[in-house]
Amino acid sequence: MPPTPCSLCHTARALVKRPKTGQQVCKDCFFEVFETEVHNTIVEGKGIFERGEKVAIGASGGKDSTVLAHVLSVLNKRYDYGLDLFLLSIDEGITGYRDDSLETVKQNQVEYGLPLKILSYNELYGWTMDKIVEQVGRRNNCTFCGVFRRQALDRGAAQLGVDHIVTGHNADDIAETVLMNIMRGDIARLGRCTAVTTQSEDTIKRSKPFKYAYEKEIVMYAYFKKLTYFSTECIYSPDAYRGHARVFLKDLEAIRPSAIVDIIHSGESFQLEQSVQKGMKAMQTCLRCGYISSNDLCKACALLEGLEAGLDRSALRQTQDNSSAAPTGHRTIAMFDRYKNVGQSQPTEGIEKAVQAIEIR
Amino acid sequence: MSNSDGIITNSNGLGYASSSAVHPETLVKPPAAPSAQEDTIEIKIEFGGGLHLLFSSQPSHKIHIPRNIANDEASDKPTQPVNMRYLVKWMKSNLLSEREEMFGDGDGVRPGILVLINDADWELEGELEYELRDRDEIVFISTLHGG
Repeated sequence: MPPTPCSLCHTARALVKRPKTGQQVCKDCFFEVFETEVHNTIVEGKGIFERGEKVAIGASGGKDSTVLAHVLSVLNKRYDYGLDLFLLSIDEGITGYRDDSLETVKQNQVEYGLPLKILSYNELYGWTMDKIVEQVGRRNNCTFCGVFRRQALDRGAAQLGVDHIVTGHNADDIAETVLMNIMRGDIARLGRCTAVTTQSEDTIKRSKPFKYAYEKEIVMYAYFKKLTYFSTECIYSPDAYRGHARVFLKDLEAIRPSAIVDIIHSGESFQLEQSVQKGMKAMQTCLRCGYISSNDLCKACALLEGLEAGLDRSALRQTQDNSSAAPTGHRTIAMFDRYKNVGQSQPTEGIEKAVQAIEIR
Repeated sequence: MSNSDGIITNSNGLGYASSSAVHPETLVKPPAAPSAQEDTIEIKIEFGGGLHLLFSSQPSHKIHIPRNIANDEASDKPTQPVNMRYLVKWMKSNLLSEREEMFGDGDGVRPGILVLINDADWELEGELEYELRDRDEIVFISTLHGG
């Protein structure tokens, strides 16, 4: 086949076929359109960022968060967003899995000149995933990891005094989540999962700037830019349900590449009837740790109680007693305080303290 | 080395650290080496996104395959230039060390694995029909592993 010229600049040789549009583009035009589309997601409507915001990038060392850290650094300069960027990593305590990827994040810290905070499950909950799996086995450990990670990011962000967490969730991830929420009948999450930004009263704002970025393009971007990332698979049982949704989605994409944005669009278009909305639980805060929750105890506290009691599945059941005090002798999670380190009267001082507290390990 | 955004990187952009890879540049002798008289070409194969784990944990391979292959099952006269279809099949029987279903799908590769031929998306190069030339570089990157 003769080389195809780029359909945008018409001069250089096309090297990428864009899955979303079918456009054949050269390397430079690919960087340009990819970055511009992320910028458009960021500034669309009122925009997800405010000038001067402190933004933590949830960094795992994987391709998505590494490309996010790179692209946000570039765009922050190019369009002068005025953001203060940080890297925030969670160490789940999985030997042989997180070690390499945390090394990668430390490398990224140097490459991008961004402060890094690593927060471990062990510090927060007194349990590593290795210990949890030892107790509960491989079948349900993803539930623990998912609940613990979400809270860990919020707690890390609070310690850094940041206003906003961004994650590397891409279009494929979001389409997968839409499918999973439909298959599980999780109406509440179906409504939320396609939002670029989510925020409830007491939690830290979260955004997904890669909502419309295809995984293929993220991988191509990382490859052409020679970014440092680490690919690995969790050594404990992978999320099997998501795995099936993922394979199904990839098969669909192979037949019709627009399937991914189409599914996201479907997810966005669902509207809940008033009667359904009324039936959903109102949010409150956890009586034990103060984290946002739909029950008296948040999921993390409930799971932790089960672990401490030496039960494997008890915490997965919906039965929760109403006592806010943990049984004696059990480890508990520290109170979640959105403004712990950031005294509202002297915000700058709080942030300086938080920055000083950043561990560089 | 620094990329176009001025960010210093020593990386190959393929998503593996040296600690997880054995001998990144090992020259692999093809297990089914064609006889010396036969005309062969050299192909460099690289794996990214964790895919090397299926290929004896080696991210980089140099292999030799025939320059021409028979164009149908009935005849064994090598009349047609070797193509990607042959290479993928060859890799499955000679290079793949485990979990074939994680790599192959029918004649091709599993959806979710990106293929680059001399740094170009193989979708622009004719995919399985691409006719290989001596010293072509083929990169396979999995997008199926976690981010």
